[in-house]
Amino acid sequence: MAKRLISLTVNGETVEHAVENRTLLIHLLREELGLKGAHIGCETTHCGACTVDMDGKSVKSCTIFAVQAEGANIHTIEGMAEADGTLHPLQEGFRQEHGLQCGYCTPGMIMRAYRLLQENPNPTDDEIRLGISGNLCRCTGYQNIVKAIRYAAEKMQVREAAE
Amino acid sequence: MNDQTPISEREAKLEGIGCKRKRVEDIRFVQGKGNYVDDIALPGMLHGDFVRSPFAHARIKSIKKDAALALPGVKAVLTAEDLIPLNLHYMPTLAGDVQAVLAHEKVLFQNQEVVFVIATDRYIAADAVELVEVEYEELPPLVDPMKSMAADAPLLREDIKDKMDGAHGPRKHYNHIFTWEVGDKAATDAAFSGAGVRVKEFISYQRCHPCPMETCASVASMDKIKGELTLWGTFQAPHVVRTVASLIAGIPEHKIRVISPDIGGGFGNKVGVYPGYVMSVVGSIVLGVPVKWVEDRIENLSATAFARDYHMTGELAATPDGKITALRAHVIADHGAFDACADPTKFPAGLFHICTGSYDIPVAHVEVDGVYTNKAPGGVAYRCSFRVTEAAYMIERLVDILAQKLGMDPAEIRLKNFIQPSQFPYTSALGWEYDSGNYPAALRKVGEAVEYDALRAEQAQMLADFKAGKSRKLLGIGVSFFTEIVGAGPSKNCDILGIAMFDSCEIRVHPTGSAIARLGTKSQGQGHETTYAQILSTETGIPAEMITIEEGDTDTAPYGLGTYGSRSTPVAGAACAQAGRKIRQKAQMIAAHLLEVHHDDLEWDVDGFQVKGLPEKRKSMKELAWAAYNNVPPGMEMGLEAVDYYDPPNFTYPFGAYICVAEIDVDTGETKIRRFYALDDCGTRINPMIIEGQVHGGLTEAFGIAMGQIIDYDELGNVKNASFMDYFLPTAVETPVWETDFTETPSPHHPIGAKGVGESPNVGGVPAFSNAINDAFAKLGGVHMQMPHTAPRVWEYAKGLGLVA
Repeated sequence: MAKRLISLTVNGETVEHAVENRTLLIHLLREELGLKGAHIGCETTHCGACTVDMDGKSVKSCTIFAVQAEGANIHTIEGMAEADGTLHPLQEGFRQEHGLQCGYCTPGMIMRAYRLLQENPNPTDDEIRLGISGNLCRCTGYQNIVKAIRYAAEKMQVREAAE
Repeated sequence: MNDQTPISEREAKLEGIGCKRKRVEDIRFVQGKGNYVDDIALPGMLHGDFVRSPFAHARIKSIKKDAALALPGVKAVLTAEDLIPLNLHYMPTLAGDVQAVLAHEKVLFQNQEVVFVIATDRYIAADAVELVEVEYEELPPLVDPMKSMAADAPLLREDIKDKMDGAHGPRKHYNHIFTWEVGDKAATDAAFSGAGVRVKEFISYQRCHPCPMETCASVASMDKIKGELTLWGTFQAPHVVRTVASLIAGIPEHKIRVISPDIGGGFGNKVGVYPGYVMSVVGSIVLGVPVKWVEDRIENLSATAFARDYHMTGELAATPDGKITALRAHVIADHGAFDACADPTKFPAGLFHICTGSYDIPVAHVEVDGVYTNKAPGGVAYRCSFRVTEAAYMIERLVDILAQKLGMDPAEIRLKNFIQPSQFPYTSALGWEYDSGNYPAALRKVGEAVEYDALRAEQAQMLADFKAGKSRKLLGIGVSFFTEIVGAGPSKNCDILGIAMFDSCEIRVHPTGSAIARLGTKSQGQGHETTYAQILSTETGIPAEMITIEEGDTDTAPYGLGTYGSRSTPVAGAACAQAGRKIRQKAQMIAAHLLEVHHDDLEWDVDGFQVKGLPEKRKSMKELAWAAYNNVPPGMEMGLEAVDYYDPPNFTYPFGAYICVAEIDVDTGETKIRRFYALDDCGTRINPMIIEGQVHGGLTEAFGIAMGQIIDYDELGNVKNASFMDYFLPTAVETPVWETDFTETPSPHHPIGAKGVGESPNVGGVPAFSNAINDAFAKLGGVHMQMPHTAPRVWEYAKGLGLVA
């Protein structure tokens, strides 16, 4: 099938890649670019395991064509930690608060939480629950995920105040 | 060198049993660096996909592959005809039946695997699936298990129609699989005929699905030159898969390496062997390159490993003052089109006969009939030990129904019938020996925590307001008290295909005092890399952070039966403790040699041995590890290693008391879980943080099952709930906030007293929710509403009781 060359920014780096029109963004990320943190859980936009951040929005990369990401700025879980390996407050929070078990939903959950905290830096528990309701988890029962996001929110606010 | 660090500091450094140790696994998972099956990419790897049956029951008239084969990138299109020469068109199941790998002559459930296409990428494979033409002749479907054994029921399994002697005894009908019976029928019938009070109820536990976030997948790579097969897959029991693969494929077992990498949740879904796994192996053997198969979500929900589908007629006999005198049950078990239940071989109905629950019931009798229907095979234990959740659900509903009939409070009737602490070890009427427990203390603790009496008073007020027309809301209070039976299991009871259900731990201590331990189990999110190290740390004095835990590679790990049925801690955790003790024993001999004393003159002190009464004369484990490689007593082998294969003397019996408070809007059927309080007793607690996480997750799954999950079929056998559009998985919004609590009654027969916890909240949670919903209607004429308690169904039920206009 004919391919089209697209250009996009992924975790700060410009990427050019030839894709079929029907190639899904998740497959470009996982199979062509080797970014396997985002996972496939349902292929119907329900579970959110494939969530990445695209142009300031959380998107489910299993139901977006790669060609729709032409020119887009994408962040994935692989770009969350700092270059020296320091974890992002969300990554740290998920570990501190036991916000993950099997780890399959975690990258999508963290990327969704990242955008949520950009939109609402100090959410209530109910706002967090609503904010992550497009991301399913079968292991944790969400309670510790809520705590993990709250942990990160507090830490990010402290950090921001210090800057 | 004498380490004079205070004991408390040295203990803290170990991060041993009881420590809320942060998880080792998380470091990679939070960075997206897990390694799941679909992450595996090998040079030249091809992708497989299935053509599946659109019909529940049909004869295959013809299969045309030409168009698919002509598509560039398609490497093979395989049908049952291609497998027959290899004798692979059927595979043995764990239950003693066979299952079609690719449908042969007939299809027996919707979405059954018919053709396997292999192509250079998953898109082309999907295209090729569309190009295969299969012509069917529809046959009458059999959907209702209660009609499976009717005289005029359609014949499903032509392949075994003349084989009336099944794996578990004679078959009564061509759609019958087994009858399984336990207990004293005569004594039970006698108790019933003389009973003051009797209750009887038909209690269905609907077909549902474990539905982990990661679907099933495998990658097979056959090295034809070496004759070696490597198989990566979503396997909860990799060693068993290796043995089964050897038996099916005829490849010697030492030439097969099975690897379970990180697994994205299992919950029973990944115990069995599925056609996709087999076909990836066949594909790799045929084509000589690696072949990957990854299930999509619809395939997962409709074709691999359903759970439950137990239709239970339960009865209790009791005295007029509420003492239960007998239990009787008959179950129709819908096993789908092939009996692929994952149970210990001797138990076709699993451990269902734990159904006398937490109560001292003198006599009982249970009979289970397994039957075929035109539905997907499976029958896995969805976050429970084999059929234990079905048993717990039945007894916990029956006890409530009995209480209702007698006008007793559900908590009161439980307290009246509990097995008492002094009765342990307690042998149940159906033959299990319960290890330990204090049931009244647990229930009373929960009752006090939720202010049970005040809740009942509020409920009565709300009921009065409802009856007076002042409110349309009802309060339901669900009490559930469960006893599980986990840790399968003792070789006297339990085997799979003849292999006893032991588990194993092998540990090697390195010269510098760190260690690696390998086990026969496989974590799917339970955190084994963290908790096993804690057990070993307490036993050996090596800090947990210095112990690497590895599972899932059959070339390196000792043989074990895998992770399901809450068996990791009871069995492999015990093997850890025993292997750790062997290390300590050898270290003690080395310490005696170095300190020039008799080994009996030494005592263990957190992380080393010291001469009794002379704490300054001591050797730390770190020093002893070094000495193990250069200065051992004469005649002793060098090195510091141990292996333990642990055959548990008994199951363990975790228990718990749960209370659910639910508010129901009668006019919409909507339920709001106002409060859920869960007390679990899993014996010795290894990592309280992980235990709490397991309880949260299990309760959420129980909430999903009780309130919405069902894999339902229409009258033609079309599956109605095979996507996330239709299958209920709770989101963060619906999921209640969980309150957890515990008591700690160690198991007397387990080396560290631990019982296992992962599945308790599912087993105890489902009846707590269901009892709460039923309790709301108990004084309005309701007796038993079948699950799941979705809003429309609750509304229908209320309507049936005349509560809605």
